Amino acid sequence: MKIDQPVRPARVRPAGVRTSGVRMARVRMARGLLRPVLGLRAARFCLLAMFVLPGMPPQEAWAGGPGSPADPADQGGSGGPGGPGGPADPSEEKGLQIAQDARQQDEGFGNFSAGMTMVLRNKKGQESTREVRVKVLEAEGDGNKSLFVFDQPRDARGTALLIHGHKDRPDDQWLYLPALKRVKRISSSNRSGSFMGSEFTYEDMTVQEVEKYTYRYLRDEPCGDGLDCVVTERIPVEKGSVYRRQLVWRDKSAHRVWKVEYYDRKDAHLKTLTLGEYRQYLDRYWRAGSMAMVNHLTGKSTDLVWTDYQFGTDIDDRDFTRTGLRRVR
Amino acid sequence: MHLDKYIGAILRRRWLVISLASLFMLAMAAGGRNITVSNEHRVMFGENNPQLAAFDALEDIYSVSNTALIAIAPRDGSVFTREVLGVVEELTETAWLAPYSTRVNSLTNYFHSEAMEDDLIVGPLVEDASSLSEADLDRVRTIALGSQEVVGRLVSPDGRVAGLAVNFVLGDNPDLAVIELTDYLDGMLDDARAANGEVDFYLTGDVVMNRAFADATRDDLETLLPIVFVLIVITSTLLMKSFLGTGIIIVMIGFVISTTMGLAGWFHTVFSPVNSGVPIIVMAISVAQAVHIITHSLSGIRRGEDRNAAVAQSIKTNAYPVFLASITTAIGFLSLNFSDSPPFHILGNYVAFGVIITFVYAMTLLPALLSVLPLRARAGGFRQPVFFDRLGDFVVARRKPLLWLIGLMTVVLITGVPRNVLTDSWPDYFDERYEFRRDTDFVMDNLTGLLSLEYTLAAEEEGGITDPDYLRQVEAFAEWNRSQPEVGHVQAFPDIMKRLNKNMNGDDPDFFRIPDAQDLASQYLLLYELSLPFGSDLNDRIDVSKSATRMTVVIRGRSSQDLQDLAGRGEAWLRDNAPALATEATGLSVVFAHISQRNIESMLRGTVTAMALISIILVLVFRSFRFGLISLLPNFVPAAMSFGLWGHLVGEVGIASSVVIVVAFGIVVDDTIHFLSRYLRARKEDGLSAEEAVRVTFRSVGKALWTTTLVLSAGFLAFAGSGFQVSWALGLLVTITIAFAIIADFLLLPPLLMALDRRKS
Repeated sequence: MKIDQPVRPARVRPAGVRTSGVRMARVRMARGLLRPVLGLRAARFCLLAMFVLPGMPPQEAWAGGPGSPADPADQGGSGGPGGPGGPADPSEEKGLQIAQDARQQDEGFGNFSAGMTMVLRNKKGQESTREVRVKVLEAEGDGNKSLFVFDQPRDARGTALLIHGHKDRPDDQWLYLPALKRVKRISSSNRSGSFMGSEFTYEDMTVQEVEKYTYRYLRDEPCGDGLDCVVTERIPVEKGSVYRRQLVWRDKSAHRVWKVEYYDRKDAHLKTLTLGEYRQYLDRYWRAGSMAMVNHLTGKSTDLVWTDYQFGTDIDDRDFTRTGLRRVR
Repeated sequence: MHLDKYIGAILRRRWLVISLASLFMLAMAAGGRNITVSNEHRVMFGENNPQLAAFDALEDIYSVSNTALIAIAPRDGSVFTREVLGVVEELTETAWLAPYSTRVNSLTNYFHSEAMEDDLIVGPLVEDASSLSEADLDRVRTIALGSQEVVGRLVSPDGRVAGLAVNFVLGDNPDLAVIELTDYLDGMLDDARAANGEVDFYLTGDVVMNRAFADATRDDLETLLPIVFVLIVITSTLLMKSFLGTGIIIVMIGFVISTTMGLAGWFHTVFSPVNSGVPIIVMAISVAQAVHIITHSLSGIRRGEDRNAAVAQSIKTNAYPVFLASITTAIGFLSLNFSDSPPFHILGNYVAFGVIITFVYAMTLLPALLSVLPLRARAGGFRQPVFFDRLGDFVVARRKPLLWLIGLMTVVLITGVPRNVLTDSWPDYFDERYEFRRDTDFVMDNLTGLLSLEYTLAAEEEGGITDPDYLRQVEAFAEWNRSQPEVGHVQAFPDIMKRLNKNMNGDDPDFFRIPDAQDLASQYLLLYELSLPFGSDLNDRIDVSKSATRMTVVIRGRSSQDLQDLAGRGEAWLRDNAPALATEATGLSVVFAHISQRNIESMLRGTVTAMALISIILVLVFRSFRFGLISLLPNFVPAAMSFGLWGHLVGEVGIASSVVIVVAFGIVVDDTIHFLSRYLRARKEDGLSAEEAVRVTFRSVGKALWTTTLVLSAGFLAFAGSGFQVSWALGLLVTITIAFAIIADFLLLPPLLMALDRRKS
């Protein structure tokens, strides 16, 4: 009995498993009816071969911890045209160069403060708003220090989150609870979770340390409002990251990020971040006024609106310490 | 007469008729390639199903949809060993890579929180199991078995079985998604089994059931369809004693099924296990119709008539009864459109079409074929009528005792009808031949129940879920549920707040209670949320505006009746004790639990309508109110008898029961039509007495009725071999009804006629 295998172009998912026609003779008749079912079985093997197997991570991909960046060629399941990997790969050098240029462009801002409004939406369109004030202090030789003070929801008013970013180890985090008048250290080993129930993680909202990823240049293509852009792939170095890889669209002129696509551990396209309403501060530093994150899996989304950017204000360094956290309001 | 002219025309242009019929069939059959098969259990529910709408709303709020549950059971005891925890940890990691997965909860990645000096430590319960010391293992066991959030969900109370739940969002093409992810999970568990000989793994959950749906469809078609085909061919060959006759039957089956399934294809129909029986039923019914015409032609030839004359006589005699039988059967099946469950519409419509198209072929293709093929009479063909002559004599002679006997039998059987209880619980849709069922049974017996109620409990305002009053009400409801005997596990948001309050007060057990102030609770929650990693967040328990939380109540057993009882009591408790929270329970199990009830209610209308229509037709056909009513009796009685027998022997009916009566009614009424129309012809045209007419009727249609009954029983009985509950219950009930129907037609109807038909004898 010949089994007609459904022809299935990669990544195109037809609406169900198809039969191949019902014939007139009696035995063929029965076969024709069986075909949807046999096709189903054939499809199982197809799928296993096409989606599941390449989706499994090679063991070595997870072995690379900080300081031993794994070879991205082992990791990018479908990350575009990629030849054999290796440190000398020109696309990797170019990708790293782009990240370093962007970082350099942003260096030296000292500090800034801004207001941030988050609008959370679920699949049904139900909305909820969070308001946060943010201060960021640039730190020499290590990650930036950030301070978040929550204004909305009302019950969390005055709660403050302090984060000390680090280039080579997990960040430190403390939270001040005004209702308890105490500072609590958040000792979670993992900060990949939702930020205040939104579709953003903390990482998604902030400028990333160059050292936390390996890079690969993919292609040039227009992005934003018809700008000339480069697309790079970045792969988290950290073991057990939520993301397998991210695709980043930056314009060539000012290294601004316009779009990021996030692929989860099984390399499914999980989220897309779209940035816009950029403004330049101190004639150098570009900051997005809007960031929109859509979760393709759950249909939920979160919009971030940034306001009142102020650079080079007289922020007290001591605010960015555990003891300083109590004084914040 | 018109009919004579028509038959003459068909027989003269027989080759043209065969060619045209073939062309038509081929054109229709070309659509067959568009048929698709669904393996999503949601096809069972109508678009307007209110329970499904409520469940969908819950899914949208909390971004949850399908779940797979894996049980990990070491053969020699506790799961709290380095090896077994290591296995769970590894599986947890692998499960994260399952396609469409959105969260993974297991014994090892359960996010435990505790206080350490002034800090809140939040982390997975087990990290790097292989490095744990004995003291660590003790600690893990104490925490796990002491946590309401874990016991009965992620670990069994005796610590012998660990659980791992994977949630999925299936996206735009759920059919394909189900195949992908169940293949992934199967492969993952096969690997785990190969690597760990001393540990057993079990897989269940609604998403895995989807796959069992597809498997059941395949098994039914791969094994049942050929069995039915062979059974029908053997039965008809034995009874007709003509290989050519059998050949013609096979050609008819081919034409009818190709045309029917082709039409389904042109309409891009999606088939599912509930209606995978369309070709089987159509096959059985079309054979039953064709047999009447073929046997009649053959017996004409055996009497030495010219082949064409015999065929013409057969068509003339059978056209009207076959037409009526087709119409009534079609009406019976079309009334399935009243069902609340869309797959039954497909079943009804295509079987009805198949029946009608059978009639069309029987009036065109069949006589042409009979006329073309060199049919010959064989010796021995006369033996059977002798039996039916004797049966006719017996019935005439013993009509009174027969009437009493059948009457008594009917009464005894009907007492069993009220013993039937409605149940529809999805774990029981498949019998033990399916791994899904065996695994499900293990999980239900050893880890956790699978039937659950979901409540979404709304606070009064945005952010209101941290209001202590709200939390205390929800807590009270959770505790009420926990105190109910059938409840196995309750997952409720206040448990998290109580745990955090304890943690924030130095793990003092006295603080395992709702925080006193809303801002405090709100800030604890913020702190906790900031500590949770991807996939462990509370978004599946809390809505975006923090104005509602979800409570899940899992019952121990498998009874959908228990589930509905508990839901009713829970809803009443809310109305009485926490009116602000009052809501209705939802969840997949609730949707399934209601499906039989909804179908029986909707099919009640369908059944009454179909029966009324068929009765009107019978009254018109026999041009007699009296005969119309008499003819109904042998059709009502069998359905009642078979439900009674079922009540005595089995006692549980599900969704299949809602459609049995109409399906069986449409089929068995054919026998009555054939019997009565022959009887009336003998009375009116031949002027025979009632007794004589009964004898003549037995002689001329007895064998054909016997043949069709055997063919139809064989077809539906094969269904009873299905491992899918809806199919086997339907098959068995219809078979029993058909069997009772032949008893009623042979032994009840004739005595009734002789007793009531006393005119001009």
